[in-house]
Amino acid sequence: MSSINLDMSAPEGVVALLKYLLSSGKVTAVLVPRRNPDTGAYDIGLIADEAGLDSAAPVDPVMLANTGQILSSLTPAKRSLAVVLKPCELRAFVERVKREQGALENVLTISYTCGGVFPLEKVIGESFADVIPNYFKRVGSGEVVDGTRDTCRACEHFVPMNADVTISIAADAGSSSGCRIYLNTDQARELVGGLEGKQSDDEFDPAVTLKLAAGRKAEKEKLFKSLAPTGDGLDGVIEVFGKCVGCHGCGRVCPICYCLLCDFESRSFDYDLPYFEKELAGKGALRLPPDTIFFHLGRMIHMSFSCVGCGLCSDVCPVGIPVASMFKKVGEHTAALFDYVAGRDVEEKLPVMVFKEEEFSELG
Amino acid sequence: MDKEFTPRIAAILCQWCSYTGADLAGTSRLQYPTSIIAMKVMCSSRVDPVLLLKAYLSGSDGVLLGGCHPGDCHYEVGNYHTRRRFAILKAVFDTLGLESARLKLSWISASEGPKFAQVANDYTEEIKKMGENPSKKKMFL
Repeated sequence: MSSINLDMSAPEGVVALLKYLLSSGKVTAVLVPRRNPDTGAYDIGLIADEAGLDSAAPVDPVMLANTGQILSSLTPAKRSLAVVLKPCELRAFVERVKREQGALENVLTISYTCGGVFPLEKVIGESFADVIPNYFKRVGSGEVVDGTRDTCRACEHFVPMNADVTISIAADAGSSSGCRIYLNTDQARELVGGLEGKQSDDEFDPAVTLKLAAGRKAEKEKLFKSLAPTGDGLDGVIEVFGKCVGCHGCGRVCPICYCLLCDFESRSFDYDLPYFEKELAGKGALRLPPDTIFFHLGRMIHMSFSCVGCGLCSDVCPVGIPVASMFKKVGEHTAALFDYVAGRDVEEKLPVMVFKEEEFSELG
Repeated sequence: MDKEFTPRIAAILCQWCSYTGADLAGTSRLQYPTSIIAMKVMCSSRVDPVLLLKAYLSGSDGVLLGGCHPGDCHYEVGNYHTRRRFAILKAVFDTLGLESARLKLSWISASEGPKFAQVANDYTEEIKKMGENPSKKKMFL
């Protein structure tokens, strides 16, 4: 048995699945996005009591924080934990595991074919609850939903990689009336196998997502093209990143930027008067706070190959810099050097931790 | 004006090979331009590529990173890591349309004094053709 079908919508099905896991004692807690019914505010709930699942909104198009980042502080898990997370959050967690910032043991990962999430600005708007039904309809029919995050519309990795459980939502027109739960691993079959529903041997068929994949690819090309700055080289970089206020919020919310003391916030780049005087003598005028553009390019050098394109950095930017789109674009180039895909395989080593003796001979 | 332009090239050299190579160039009385500002580090892999970026954004006309030949690293594998990091740095520059030609990686052994002088001369000429690093004039950088 590899899949279970439930006679309810996909979001309801995920809640039923979580309730089963808790009530049967298969897991001790679940980590899942919730929606406060009184205020409409979203968060991520760590829930041990079945009643707590009534407010669960497991697959709503919202990302408050990257669950992959949150999961780090809950692992290595001593007792079984079920987690509902978007494909990019799972990839982010895998990238963190590679950096020894978490462990996959005792974690049941439940992910789904993702239609993308809306920017937080939209989520906190009054009419957001009205947006959701139409969203699921369009996502089910395999559309790229406008208004979702730039990097979501351009995301080609919306089918989860290596999830224990995959729920079929995007590009699945039946997901509004039926919930297809695919059990991909032995752990999933052991924990979820007892869930009541129509069992079958069907495995997830990525072919159904081809139309959406093509739509996303076209969106990505459009996005990358639109990012081409009007200025060349440095002028272009200044044009894109020159608005930065230096808050480093993009790094804080980034699931890949895990360093507790960021290099760019360390004493290495903490300048004193003589430094500024020297710089000033050469240039005549300086931009303060210093190193704002340097910070973005530096982050690209440090971690762009691991960028999963979750889009949180763009969402939190107070001055509207398309940080995520730029990182996605640059990250594709840096990852391509090593044929690397962030979060594809936990056994795949970080490209900066390994090397081949014969490579890049053109460089030196 | 262009003829008078003397580039300033930040040269970060590993002490076991490239820096010793530079020393040999000096003791052999080989001529190389004063544009090269040599800095000694224990290993090329000690250099976070972000520092090369910093040199570029601070107005270095060229940035040269020198290490031992692949396979000859004093620490066995340091320069292999350097090479990967440098590839990432270049890819970031190229994707953003920055002049990655202002960044250079070179393998120079301790016995290659003439090669060091050659690299220093050739790279200085190359940078002279490119002109000044535009970052020197960018007041909003």
